[in-house]
Parts: sequence; C-alpha cells; structure tokens
Amino acid sequence: MAAVRQLDEAYARAKVDPDYWSELDGYLTHYVGRPSPLYLAVGLTEHLGGARVYLKREDLNHTGAHKINNTLGQVMLARRMGKPRVIAETGAGQHGVATATAAAVFGMKCVVYMGAEDIRRQRLNVYRMELLGAKVVSVEAGQRTLKDAINEAMRDWIATVDTTHYVIGSVMGPHPFPMIVRDLQSVIGRETRQQMLKEAGRLPDVIVACVGGGSNAAGMFYPFLKDKDVRLVGVEAAGEGLDKRHSATISRGRSGVLHGMQTVVLQDDDGQTLPVHSVSAGLDYPGVGPEHAHWAKTGRAEYVAATDDEAMDAFELLSRTDGIIPALESAHAVAHVVTLAPKLDRDKIIVINLSGRGDKDCVEVARLRGRDIGS
Amino acid sequence: MAANQGENRIDRVLADEPPGLWPFLAAGYPNLDATASMLRAFGKLPIRGVELGFPFSDPIADGPVIQHAFSEALSGGIRVQSIFDMAASVRDSVDYPLLAMVSASIVYRIGMQTFVTLARAAGFDGLIVPDISLEEAPTMADCVGEAGLRLSMLIAPTTPPQREQRIAEVAGGFLYYVSVQGTTGERGALPSDLQAHVAELRSGTGLPVIVGFGISTRQHVRDVCDFANGAIVGSAIVRTITEVLKAGRSADQIAGVVGALVGELAAD
Repeated sequence: MAAVRQLDEAYARAKVDPDYWSELDGYLTHYVGRPSPLYLAVGLTEHLGGARVYLKREDLNHTGAHKINNTLGQVMLARRMGKPRVIAETGAGQHGVATATAAAVFGMKCVVYMGAEDIRRQRLNVYRMELLGAKVVSVEAGQRTLKDAINEAMRDWIATVDTTHYVIGSVMGPHPFPMIVRDLQSVIGRETRQQMLKEAGRLPDVIVACVGGGSNAAGMFYPFLKDKDVRLVGVEAAGEGLDKRHSATISRGRSGVLHGMQTVVLQDDDGQTLPVHSVSAGLDYPGVGPEHAHWAKTGRAEYVAATDDEAMDAFELLSRTDGIIPALESAHAVAHVVTLAPKLDRDKIIVINLSGRGDKDCVEVARLRGRDIGS
Repeated sequence: MAANQGENRIDRVLADEPPGLWPFLAAGYPNLDATASMLRAFGKLPIRGVELGFPFSDPIADGPVIQHAFSEALSGGIRVQSIFDMAASVRDSVDYPLLAMVSASIVYRIGMQTFVTLARAAGFDGLIVPDISLEEAPTMADCVGEAGLRLSMLIAPTTPPQREQRIAEVAGGFLYYVSVQGTTGERGALPSDLQAHVAELRSGTGLPVIVGFGISTRQHVRDVCDFANGAIVGSAIVRTITEVLKAGRSADQIAGVVGALVGELAAD
C-alpha cells in the first residue's frame, strides 16, 4: 500500500507539471514517432463493401505497439520517485519490450516476468527484451500465462518497493494504475479525434479496439466519452468459443476482486480465478480494467468477442487487403469489423485501433495453420 | 453457537497466556482429513492459536512453499464450504483460537456477511484478509465485529506511523506485523530492527502485536516472543508437509511429524 500511495502522490505532482508532459511529448514525437497515422484501409473497405474503415496505426510506433506510450511515462515517474529499477509483467511480450526499451533510454535496471507458456509462444520478444538489457524471468506457476506473470511481478514489488517501480502494462491493478495508464494512452484517442476531424470533417461513427486488460481501448475511448454519437466497441477474446475456453471477461464474467481491483473477473463460485485461453497472449487475462467494467455497466461502451479462428482469419485478411500484418490482439478488433462494416452504409466511418504489429505472431499462427517456419 | 458465546478466544489467549507460537496451515494440503488430524494434534501442544489459510488461486503475498500447497489443495478440488465443515468437525475437540487467513477475492465472491456467518458457525474466532486495504477494511471490520469475531490487520515495515494508527483503529484482536518486506517464506535471520519496530507499534497503538513472515526456527520464535505477543510460523511447517509427502509417507503420518515439529517450535 505504501508503494501505491507514493505513486499516487508522485503522479498527482507530475500530472500538473508542464515539464513532465513536455519531456514526454518530446520522446513521443522524436523517439516513438508520434503522431501515428490514421490510415484509410482501402483494401479492407473495398473487400467488406460497407462502412469506410480507418486504422489508427499504433503498430507503427517504435517497438511495434501502443505499449511504449505508457512505459515511457511510467519510467519517467520512476525516475522522479528516485527508483533505479523497474519491473513489468508481459503476456505477448509487447509490454515487456516497451518497458525494457524505456528502461534502456533512462538507464534503469529492468526485470520482466513472463509466463512460461507465453515465453514459448513469443520467443522473438524474449530475445528482444534480453537484447535491450532486461532480465526475463520465466513464471512456472498457475497457468503459466499473463495472470501468473502479474502475481510474480507483484511479489517482486512487495520485496523491493524501496528501489523499484512496477510498470503495470494495462489499465488494471490498484489505484492509481488504471488512471495513470489510461491517461498515458489517451494520446491515441486525442490524435484520432484531431486526425478524423481533419480528414473527414467529423467524428467517426464507430470505434473498435481489442480488450484484454484494456489499455489500448481505454486510451482510444477516453477522449470520445462525451461524444455520445460515437459508438465505442471493445472486442474481447472468445478463444475457442464463449462456451469453451476463452478470456472474454466482460461477456462472461461477474463482479469480483483480483490483483488489487474490484472489476469484472472470471471466477468460480469460491472466488478462485478460472483458467482462461486466447490464441493471443496479450488478451489472455481473467480480469479487465475497472473503467471498462464501468463503461459496460453504464452502456457507454459495448463489448463483444471474437474467437481464435476469427482473429486468425482477420490476421491473414488485413495482411492481404492492405499489406498490414496486425498483432493477433488487434486482429480481434479487425475480426469484429469484418462482420460489422458490411452492415453499415458506405458513408459511415469505422476506426479500428490497430494496437500492434503482427511480426511477433507469425511463428505461432504458422504453427496453428500447420506450417513449421522454425522459431 | 456455544463455541462463540462469551469472550473471544483470541482476546482470552492474548490476555491470559504468555507470548507463544501461532502455527499456520494451508487448509486441505494435502487433504482435509490430514488438516483435521493436524489441528487435533495441535490441541495437545503449547501453542496459542492457529491460522488456517484458505487456498487461493492467486496468492500474491505468498512465497513458493505456500503457493505450491494452495495450488495442490485446489487441484484436489477443495471448496470453501468443505473447509468450514472440516473446521466445525474439529472445533469441539480443541480450545485454541482459530483464525481464517483468506483472500479478499474469496470473501467478496461468497459475500462478506455470508462468509462471516459461515466462519462463526464453523467456530472461527477471527479473520485475516491480507489483501484488503485500510480504505476497504472498516465495512469488513464492522461485519466481523458484529459476529463476535476479530479482524486482524496487517502492518508492513513500509507502513507509515500515521497509517498504523488508522489501521489499529479498525483492527480487532491483534495487529499482524509483517517482519520483512516481501512474501511469506523462511529466512535465515530476523531483521535487526524488528524488535524496535514491534516495540514502537505496541506502545503506539496499545494493541497486541503478533509477528509473521520469515519466522522459521525455534530460536526465531523465542526471540520474537521476547518482544512481541506471539510468532506465526507458516512456510517451515508447510515445507515439512511437502517433505513428508516427497519421502513417500502417507497423509496419515503427517500429523505425527508436523505435531513433533510444532511441539519443538513451541517449546519454551
């Protein structure tokens, strides 16, 4: 508790400090390459034959995903708190890579916890993290995926809080983490708003983003909350199907407590976390950011789910229609749009938050499609 | 329940008996019959009370030894109700205070009021909910207090003094002082500033203080009991159970081995 209260105070000071934001903006512009483009996916739009589909190209950020927006901001907070070491959990490895990258920039020690199953699925990212100077710790407990990596990172933090900041990768965990991560990711939605107004002279009709913990979706949705005419759609991982193994927390979960937050979780009647599954390691989580649970409850955002198969089809589709290989996580959002766009008129506009690039997923998708391309 | 009438056993033991050992067990590890046998065996030993851990899928405050015990117990299909049934079956044969160490995730899922009612009916005297924060604790403390039970609150070495005061106002029975920054598990030596911290906490709050985390030997227990109101030993006991099982001995032999260990840890 002392650690999160210290963080709360540090962030409260940073939040109103123009120097913090101008330094961060400098890195976002010159290091990350922001603003990321808003691109009309001509091929996908023609293929689907309905609403115009734009892609917010977070996949073009340095390190290949939206995660870097958050890790730079949090590592700068760690520096302000005088902490020389950062730790992180990672599922797909994108957050781990982004944390290792920010740690390299600021000369900090970095340890990343990753489930053993995810290490198998995402070996390229493990190597990238090591190359960036981070230590990757394999977590053998539980299901050996994201949830278990979070447990282990929290255990590390309990013991090392004097010297260590825990860079949580999503809008989850105890306050103030969900707020900090949302604020840092909101650059996505702010840019999208401006770019859309410039491009089309109006706001989009629908915004679609994948939701695991929910950071890319929260960052995209938040600046549009008051624009009631903009439909906000979060796409969870339906895995093998909602009646089989999945990680569609909002679609199938209920209110509960996990990892220091009260939110919607996948738990049994005794409060034990249920096993979850998704083909994408980044969506493989039995909880969801508490703000998403709130938006679902109030109806401000809707939450649907796409299966492993639908996501893999979308992964391949976007690669061919527009020459863009999406992360398997982002492919869930694309998969929903594949069914949604044809139902809408051609003058409607959909924005997909393309949260990450899919290079990291090629070996796993090839394997699941029956091709061994090595690792 | 006759067992819960009158004075709470935690209060009674802390008032009447000298500082001593509070062993921890992971309920259902390796099975509930073995847990019941150990609890009965403890009734004949000079211990002060028992902390019974409710297995949880994501025990972030626990080191590998207790994590392993919890996950084995859950693989064996343990349920919250079965733990209460087992505790109720033992309650009449032992007179020490029994505390439930349980994650907030479990309490909120069962429902706070329901959980407390079930705990009381099963003969528990108190609850420790290690992952509840001070901000969330008052509602639970009221609920636990109204049932005649005690909600012991954790204090960490990093807890600022002002916050210690506020935690003490919410807590019942005793404060659980976490001796180290870190998870549960055995350590070679106690922290050098432990005695000073405990003394400060006792005088500052006026509440009894029992120390846990990292206490694993008879000497540790003796040292801690010189300046605190009691010592909790968990991982060393649970590890012994794991070793007994690994040696290929049956679950019925566990109570004998663990009883001997706890008897030695508790000896003056």
